[in-house]
Amino acid sequence: MHPIIKLIAQRFTLGILLLVAASVLIFGLTEALPGDAAQAVLGQAATPESLANLREEMGLNRPATTRYFEWFGGILHGDMGVSIINRLDIAESVGKRLGNTLFLAFWAAIVSVPLAIFLGLLAVRYRNRWPDKLISGVTLTTISIPEFLIGYVLVYFLAVKLGFGSALAMINDDMSLWQKLQSIVLPVMVLTLVVLAHMMRMTRAAILNVMQSAYIETAELKGLSVFNVIAKHAFPNAVSPIVNVVMLNLAYLVVGVVVIEVVFVYPGMGQFLVDAVTKRDVPVVLACGVIFAAIYIGLNMLADIISILANPRLRHPK
Amino acid sequence: MTNELDYLKKRVAQGKLSRRDFMGKASALGVTAAAATTMLADAAYAEGPKKGGVFKLGSVGGESTNSLDPATYASQVPFHNGRQFGETLVEVGADGGLAPKLAESFESSADAKTWMFKIRKDVEFHNGKTMTPEDVLQTMERHSNEDSKSGALGIMKGISNVSIDGDSLKVELNEANADLPYLIADYHLVIQPNGGMDNPGAGIGTGPFKLEADEPGVRHVYSRNENYWGDAANYDGVEIIVINDATARTAALQSGQVHAINRVEPKIAGLLGRAPNLTVNSTPGRGHYVFIMHADTAPFDNNELRMALKYAINRSEIVEKILQGYGSVGNDMPINAAYPLFDASIPQREFDLAKAAEHYKKSGHDGSPIVLRVADGAFPGAVDAAALFQQTAAQAGIPLEIKREPNDGYWSEVWNKQPFCASYWGGRPVQDQMYTTAYLSTADWNDTNFKNAEFDDLLVKARAELDTAKRKEMYSKMGMIVRNEGGLICPMFNDFVDAVSNDVMGWETDPNAELMNGYITHKTWLA
Repeated sequence: MHPIIKLIAQRFTLGILLLVAASVLIFGLTEALPGDAAQAVLGQAATPESLANLREEMGLNRPATTRYFEWFGGILHGDMGVSIINRLDIAESVGKRLGNTLFLAFWAAIVSVPLAIFLGLLAVRYRNRWPDKLISGVTLTTISIPEFLIGYVLVYFLAVKLGFGSALAMINDDMSLWQKLQSIVLPVMVLTLVVLAHMMRMTRAAILNVMQSAYIETAELKGLSVFNVIAKHAFPNAVSPIVNVVMLNLAYLVVGVVVIEVVFVYPGMGQFLVDAVTKRDVPVVLACGVIFAAIYIGLNMLADIISILANPRLRHPK
Repeated sequence: MTNELDYLKKRVAQGKLSRRDFMGKASALGVTAAAATTMLADAAYAEGPKKGGVFKLGSVGGESTNSLDPATYASQVPFHNGRQFGETLVEVGADGGLAPKLAESFESSADAKTWMFKIRKDVEFHNGKTMTPEDVLQTMERHSNEDSKSGALGIMKGISNVSIDGDSLKVELNEANADLPYLIADYHLVIQPNGGMDNPGAGIGTGPFKLEADEPGVRHVYSRNENYWGDAANYDGVEIIVINDATARTAALQSGQVHAINRVEPKIAGLLGRAPNLTVNSTPGRGHYVFIMHADTAPFDNNELRMALKYAINRSEIVEKILQGYGSVGNDMPINAAYPLFDASIPQREFDLAKAAEHYKKSGHDGSPIVLRVADGAFPGAVDAAALFQQTAAQAGIPLEIKREPNDGYWSEVWNKQPFCASYWGGRPVQDQMYTTAYLSTADWNDTNFKNAEFDDLLVKARAELDTAKRKEMYSKMGMIVRNEGGLICPMFNDFVDAVSNDVMGWETDPNAELMNGYITHKTWLA
């Protein structure tokens, strides 16, 4: 078997094992939280009778291990089950939310990744001169401000004062793609500002590192323009760390944007997960947790594989 | 003068100026009473309800775990959902009186133990079925049977039997209850086809709006019910958008993406009110923010200590600083002037450090810190209110220790379990229901563990008393008992603070619940 295929198969199996471990951990931690779904639903309105009725109906009287293996069995059959709180099909409701999260993450990535890499290249080109300092200064400032604050500031000045973009990033099936894009302008801007610095700085550092090499000097001596040297010779050799940091940020755009979702009332996965945790809706928490874990593991795996493919030494291990 | 009159007319049409005030102000401008009356009619006619538009409501209190099943309603968004698609037999009006809804009329036997609700005919559910007394019977059954987990289970307990008598619903009670229609008006008791036995979360009812899209935790969309039995709604549709974040809610209103929002934080209500295109409406209600002591647990089983703590809290300071004035001071009983049969002659408990110190001394407490558990989830500003309480108590020599608890799990782990904590009550339409829910010795939600035989006795007697003067006297006595012996420290009654766009006409003050008791979508229209 080709070593690359073998490697991918290995990574894949490991990823699956990790996912199972993550689901056990999530289930255990949710169970360890004080209170259960019945108490969370009834809240202040709970009476011993109504609690008992609800526990019975939700099947919370059975032992935790039984419930976990029931869920696990369901997953093996591709069935995520139903929410124990509102009895809606989890696959359907999670699917919609996941779609929204990926939609926002996709457009934020489309804007931020090329922009970050371009700015990184630009910073290298004008190293230690004012464009470099300006780019670093601005991006480091935006990454240092908490994202909700950037969100509120943009909402106040752009949406409320100037009427640009919309304060609520509500999207639904009745909207055309163009309407959806209009409604997510502000969150995409915030997310871009938040992830830009990390990727930009890494691009700059990786390329600068390569720029010290002898072959870059050769390229310069044979008369290539600075930008050509960077794009053709430095960048391909710096791709591995850049891909790693890009993937890390992509994962963040999918799994880490709950605060942005709250600020912009965006119907994504993060808010959904928070609701499920406060209501102790274990099957939903598991579904969301496993999806998040899968995305995280998947993107990291992808980064590894790309790094290996980009590096001849890793591609042909001795 | 013309400009001023136009302005006044517009204010009347918007519901911001009462007719009486209009008459007064118009006569101040030199208009005769007869002319003012004509003008008023003109104003109402010219600016009268308009049809059309989609009303968008930005509401706190929605989660992706919400169901449309009325039995599960426990927060704002489900409450408003129920108001759109569903209706109850009876409703409580803005003046505290009862109005028939799906029941055409209702009457009780002389002993108030049997009630007859005449069910309205020719009312159609959104699924095309005609409502029958059987549907009503099944609804009552679903909320009260043994498997019920309904939020209305507590109020259904006193009912011994429900049956159909011709075109009426006959409700028989274990004990007389002159307030039964108020209980039947509870927002959980939405009449559903076959009582919702088949599919409780379907969102099918008889209301003026019917469900178009249900995305829990995101939005709920309704369109006008053209087959509504009463006057059709003004709006073509309603969209309830879940906005749990307070800042996002105000931004949505300011940028014109929603027409109204609920739960404006007192901190920003004053500032928000200065914005040009909206109005902040503050409505005094029956909800109250409280500190509760278990009257049967040491050290709170000593009434001297309870009295010491009641005197050691500075109510007006708390109303001013925590509610920013959007509320009123409490009097250590769960009842205020918003309730029918309230006795205004009960003296207000004042902040009195000398008395607090005296009672504390008499209690013989050993001086160890008294632990008060709080979380901001108990009521907004609970942690700050507790800090103010701690300071004033310290001045009286009472050592309070504040223990901050997580919001998550507060209602299951702290409230009703720990002997001294912060809490809130939403209030009930009548005194009997409030007392029965939380102050009767045997009540499930007796969160102060208050057990007083005289009080229980009065409560049962008052319930059966049809003579209002006698009843009022009994309630006054009960209020005094709770005030002087109970475990309740009630520093404040909170207002409902809503903000509404100036495009919305016809606002009315309704103390029953926020946003005109949820009827804002039924009664207002867009300019």
